[in-house]
Amino acid sequence: MSAPLLTATGLRKRFDSRGRAVDALDDVSFEVAPGETLALVGPSGSGKTTAARALMRLTELDGGEVRFDSEDLLALKGARLRAVRARLQMVFQDPRAAFNPRATVARVLDDPLRIHGIVPRARRPEAIAQLLRRVGLSPDLATRAIHDISGGQRQRVAIARAIATHPRLIVLDEAVSALDVSVRGQILELLLDLQRSQDIAYLFISHDLGVVRAIAHRVAIMDKGRIVETGGAAGVIANPQSSTGQALVAAAPKLRHRG
Amino acid sequence: MSVRLTVEKLGVSYRGDGRETEVLKDVSFELRAGERLAIIGESGSGKSTLALAIAGLLPAGSRVDGNVRWPELGRQPINGRDLGFVFQDPSSSLNPVLTIGEQIAEVVRAHLGMAWREAYAHAEMLLGRVRLPDPASALRAFPHQLSGGQRQRVAIAEAIAARPSLLIADEATSALDTIVQADIVKLIEELVVEDGVSLMFISHDIALASQIADRIAVFRHGRLVEIGEAEQIVDAPREAYTKSLLAAHMGLDTPSLLSPEAVA
Repeated sequence: MSAPLLTATGLRKRFDSRGRAVDALDDVSFEVAPGETLALVGPSGSGKTTAARALMRLTELDGGEVRFDSEDLLALKGARLRAVRARLQMVFQDPRAAFNPRATVARVLDDPLRIHGIVPRARRPEAIAQLLRRVGLSPDLATRAIHDISGGQRQRVAIARAIATHPRLIVLDEAVSALDVSVRGQILELLLDLQRSQDIAYLFISHDLGVVRAIAHRVAIMDKGRIVETGGAAGVIANPQSSTGQALVAAAPKLRHRG
Repeated sequence: MSVRLTVEKLGVSYRGDGRETEVLKDVSFELRAGERLAIIGESGSGKSTLALAIAGLLPAGSRVDGNVRWPELGRQPINGRDLGFVFQDPSSSLNPVLTIGEQIAEVVRAHLGMAWREAYAHAEMLLGRVRLPDPASALRAFPHQLSGGQRQRVAIAEAIAARPSLLIADEATSALDTIVQADIVKLIEELVVEDGVSLMFISHDIALASQIADRIAVFRHGRLVEIGEAEQIVDAPREAYTKSLLAAHMGLDTPSLLSPEAVA
């Protein structure tokens, strides 16, 4: 296997919750290889979203180290951090909350191209049209307001914004959980297509083992701030060893057949 | 089994921005006493509007055609008394400034005519029935002091407090993680079986619905596409839309979307 794209070692984060200290991350370590999908799975409060936010530097850690593309991610500041941010993107569960609601689709996609200096102003409309086509949307959508398009379209725009800066890794935090099932399948296919063609790695945060099994190469199961089990997605789900893994498998909704 | 609820040619339109949008069209079905019926659909299917119409909670200005009858009652149902409602987000249905005990006891007083002391004892019994650990101290807790799963248990206790004959659960487990969801679904099933309550379980998840429901009704664009025994809907769906919903389900036996060598 190739050298890891991202290595998180000994991540620690403690929150104060109503006077009690809660270890949201308690010595969490994992790796993501280039072009690989690692799923972080666990119940509410297991620490998976805290881990994702820490990688994005949206939450400051109490301890631990993150190496991304052989740089010390947590030590970066200023221009160096901005440069790395282009290669490390995030897509959230609710794209409505992730966008300025008054912006147009074009504006949402123009921002990363401008801020990261990827495309000069004169060529940006064509770059935006290309991004929209890349995620399966019509370039005509560019002039629409972000609140005026469907949830599935909005999540495609969120993915277009994430890939605008040619990232090596995208953190997907429950990115398909709020979508209708018919749309969910299309978005997962889009994510796989982008991964294959552009060698993008995903950190896929989810509590839905069915979706994880469909899209992830490897899975790390979290509970109470710790990783309790890791392995190939199919193997772990078929035969979980941890009690949390077993509980997640038992709780996954299953179609009830005759007999 | 007697018929508890008859929905006849029900249509609902919302008015706004000078136009009228038809959200439910010509919907007819029956719900029997003690039956567990799942209402399945994607966004815009009209499934939540159906629940609101049955509960008489439609926004002002909605146009309603057809009717909803309660043959056993012989009168209009009283919300909270004849039907209980559990919503997706318990934070929005629980009063943040009342203790758990106060809000459940209030329902019990209003609908069962008990005195406060008796109503509190009844509330404590209900918190035990929904398996809240330590019901006596939960009575004195405020909603924000409980976890999401515990708040949903309180919302269920409140919904069944007046012993309604119909419980409507509208995406009641969708905001919970899968482990808590499985516990809450099991709890709802046990409670409705014990009390002989009819259940309308509204969900976007056809697999989850098949686990709790006797029958499944599939909705799309405001119309009832198909209704049948849960196993018939799962194993022998008649409509193409139902088949597409089943195909889109991702279970633990669904093949990976990755190439075989990638998952080996």
